[in-house]
Amino acid sequence: MKIKLWWLTFSPLCWAGHFLASYLTTAIYCAKFASPEGDALPVRIAVAVFTIVALSLITFFGVRSLRLHRRGDATLPHDDDTVDDEQRFLGFAALLLAILSGIATLYTALVFVLMETCH
Amino acid sequence: MNESAERLLKAWRTPKGWRYWSAVNNSKIGLWYTITAFGFLLFGGLLALVMRIQLAFPENDFLTADQYNQVFTMHGSVMMFLFAVPILEAISILLLPEMMGARDLPFPRLSAYGFWAFLIGGVFVCGSLFFGAGPRGGWFMYPPMTTQYQTGVGADIWLLGLSFIEIASIAAAVELIVGVLKCRPPGMRLNLIPLYAWYILVVAVMILFAFPPLIAGDLLMELERALDWPFFDASRGGDPMLWQHLFWIFGHPEVYIVFLPSIALVAMIVPTFARTPMVGYGWIVLAAVGTGFLSFGLWVHHMFTTGLPGITIGIFSAASQAVAIPTGIQIFCFIATLLVGRVTRSVCLLFVLAGLATFIIGGLTGVMVAIAPFDYQAHDTYFIVGHLHYVLVGGTIFPIVAGFYYFYPLITGKQLSERLGTIAFWLMMIGFNVSFFPMHITGMIGMPRRVYTYPAGMGFDNLNLISSVGAFVLAGGFVVFLWDLLRPKGGQPTAPRNVWNAGTLEWLAEVPDQPWGVRSIPIVESRYPLWDQENFVRDVDEGNFYLPDAEEGLRETLVTSTVEATPIQCLRVPGPTFLPMWAAAFTGGVFIFGTFHWYIMAGVSGVLAFFTILAWLWTGTAIIPEKTEKNVGLGLTLPTYVSGPAAVGWWAMFITMLGDMTAFMSLVFGYFFYWTVHEDFPPKDVEGPGVLWPLVSVFCALAAWGLMLLSRKLNSRKNGSLFYVSTLTSVLMTFAAAGALIAGPWLHNMDPTEHVYQASVCVLVLWTVIHLALGAVMQLYAVARRAAGKMTHRFNADIVNVTLYWHFMMLTAGITGLTIALFPLVS
Repeated sequence: MKIKLWWLTFSPLCWAGHFLASYLTTAIYCAKFASPEGDALPVRIAVAVFTIVALSLITFFGVRSLRLHRRGDATLPHDDDTVDDEQRFLGFAALLLAILSGIATLYTALVFVLMETCH
Repeated sequence: MNESAERLLKAWRTPKGWRYWSAVNNSKIGLWYTITAFGFLLFGGLLALVMRIQLAFPENDFLTADQYNQVFTMHGSVMMFLFAVPILEAISILLLPEMMGARDLPFPRLSAYGFWAFLIGGVFVCGSLFFGAGPRGGWFMYPPMTTQYQTGVGADIWLLGLSFIEIASIAAAVELIVGVLKCRPPGMRLNLIPLYAWYILVVAVMILFAFPPLIAGDLLMELERALDWPFFDASRGGDPMLWQHLFWIFGHPEVYIVFLPSIALVAMIVPTFARTPMVGYGWIVLAAVGTGFLSFGLWVHHMFTTGLPGITIGIFSAASQAVAIPTGIQIFCFIATLLVGRVTRSVCLLFVLAGLATFIIGGLTGVMVAIAPFDYQAHDTYFIVGHLHYVLVGGTIFPIVAGFYYFYPLITGKQLSERLGTIAFWLMMIGFNVSFFPMHITGMIGMPRRVYTYPAGMGFDNLNLISSVGAFVLAGGFVVFLWDLLRPKGGQPTAPRNVWNAGTLEWLAEVPDQPWGVRSIPIVESRYPLWDQENFVRDVDEGNFYLPDAEEGLRETLVTSTVEATPIQCLRVPGPTFLPMWAAAFTGGVFIFGTFHWYIMAGVSGVLAFFTILAWLWTGTAIIPEKTEKNVGLGLTLPTYVSGPAAVGWWAMFITMLGDMTAFMSLVFGYFFYWTVHEDFPPKDVEGPGVLWPLVSVFCALAAWGLMLLSRKLNSRKNGSLFYVSTLTSVLMTFAAAGALIAGPWLHNMDPTEHVYQASVCVLVLWTVIHLALGAVMQLYAVARRAAGKMTHRFNADIVNVTLYWHFMMLTAGITGLTIALFPLVS
């Protein structure tokens, strides 16, 4: 496989999807369906599922990016005009973005670990 | 100068005399844009000084409360909309092609249109202040204050004037995205592009997704102000919170939209003065892309005190903490580069370092206010004023001043004074900190923002006086800087070429610069070709690379593939014309006359704008070339006409429509937002648009879309008759779709002023019908092009792009029809 520019966006898009899904589920549940005490258990379960899905996808993209980064003989800092340099660079940037997206996803998930109600 | 160079020069020559203003070349438009944006910075700065005079002493009466409200509103609006965003577009239009060895950006006339729109809109908005008619609602224009309690035209001027400028920003974003992706020199793979280009790519994409929600919000608020559609009126089901969401979905990414391009300048300046390549290129790309994404997950941190559920606040607080990671990484890369390099002293670097230090302080207070409990205390106090100025002045203004010192010789051929620069630096640095640091304390002890005065003896007196003194010292720094920019430099020797001994392509520029950009478009093999590639400058100058000639007397540049930068087309770019200027003037007329409810004038202006843009497209786009292929040098032959995803025009349409869809989805978000905040939405006792007519509309739109796909196919036949039949039938189906969509609310007597439900349905219908009308115009345009022989079975860019529009049109019509018809059944 050859990495295209789109590849860089996949992990951050997983974060964005997880973030939006968590936010919208929470906003709708807390506004429309929560009990007066605001017990957020259903949302917490939903976000746990979202998190497993998002982190699995991010891990997939991260591992794949790492493999693509390892391919070829181009040496650091990948600043030559060759296909290997270009691909190793893109693989590395995508790997870093996967790590960042994973951390940001965990940040979001952490809120649902720590908070038990909507309020 | 040899014959080929003369031909090239003739093709790119800037018009003389009054025709100078018809120039569309990036070097001229970029320069005008920069000067205009800088002018607005000075205006915004003067407004700040006026505020500081008022606040210097308690119970001061230098300004009335009403004047103060106009001044602070305008200060924020000018700085954000007329300086911070436009200056990034200006600098990018000016320098990006140079950094990529391109002759120009792919759509010079679009840049020109954006510039004129910016100038007209900016002067209009600022001018209102001198008639006491300026907006008074803060740069965020919160309703219901701005919808129910402010009767004058101030809020309308803000809404319409700035919407006009936002459209110009989106135009620039389209230009810059296509520029970075398609106009790089051969060999400049994604791992070699200047970091500036990476940042600008990210920022332009951010503009594309951040500005449309605000445009949607502006539309809703103007509909409420002009036609009484109650989107933000709680007594009729509306909710002011929707505005806050739409504004801050724009407003927070906006902070990064203004920060990243300035830090991009830093990324160009630091390696030059450290005399070494940037450390951690890949990490900086991570930072740019990562910040771009995460910045869209922060908007609610401006709304922590609005009573949202705690768990929602938690999500946004967490994202606000997370964005500090990529932001910090790039700063570490800059510091590392300075540490490993051999740093040479210069005023540029002083401003860079001041920028980084100031931004770090602003970033740290940012992490403080991202923690909700602290924000509850600090919200709407001077602490926030201190925080945001540390971020914006450190993250934007200081790097831009550094950029002025760095690039001034490139543009004018003369250097700025290091001595004056040092004086300006210290005045600005000391003045800034004296002015803004005390504001953190003023805020902590409880002084609220946006008040025109304060009583004596509350502990605010001395701190405010110190801030005011600091503001004047800062202004003194700007006066020295301005003098350095403007002082006559006739007696000063011309700066040598590549005066800083930098490694990137923009420093190929000759002194004095030639209008052609580069003598020949080079093959790039390194991130710093001027440092690494042997005889590079000589080869460029001798025309040993691509397109060293203009045999046909046309302006040409290369289009390359997105990742590898392999040449794929010789693009003819259009030359000077007044059409974009007139188009901007007439479009401006629609907004400006509309502000004062002079609807006939606005209508006439709209018609004129329509025909001017049509004339511009008809005469300047998808021109059938005199030869299908051209030898561009070094034995390479490239096509002169391409269509579909290989063409820059296709990308421009695709990107524009992504922005358009974002605005549309913001309106759809509004519809569902009202559902979440109401017990019953749609209200049980109100009749909706029904199921039949919206679904008929979806069906007709589907047919129109299908016929457009067929038309694209039929156009490839030599005989065009079936193409005409198919396209004209599609036009009929388009009209039918629009008629059926209107019929729904019309036949059910839905009054959009009655309740927000009706208003939400009607605004979706209005949006879709306008787009269907545009779709019909495009269909008829394609028919006319084929009939006039300007589009043929082979040269088919027009129909391909119109069909692309129709993909998005189908989505819009489908989502509107299905939402308004079916959602009431399931809610």
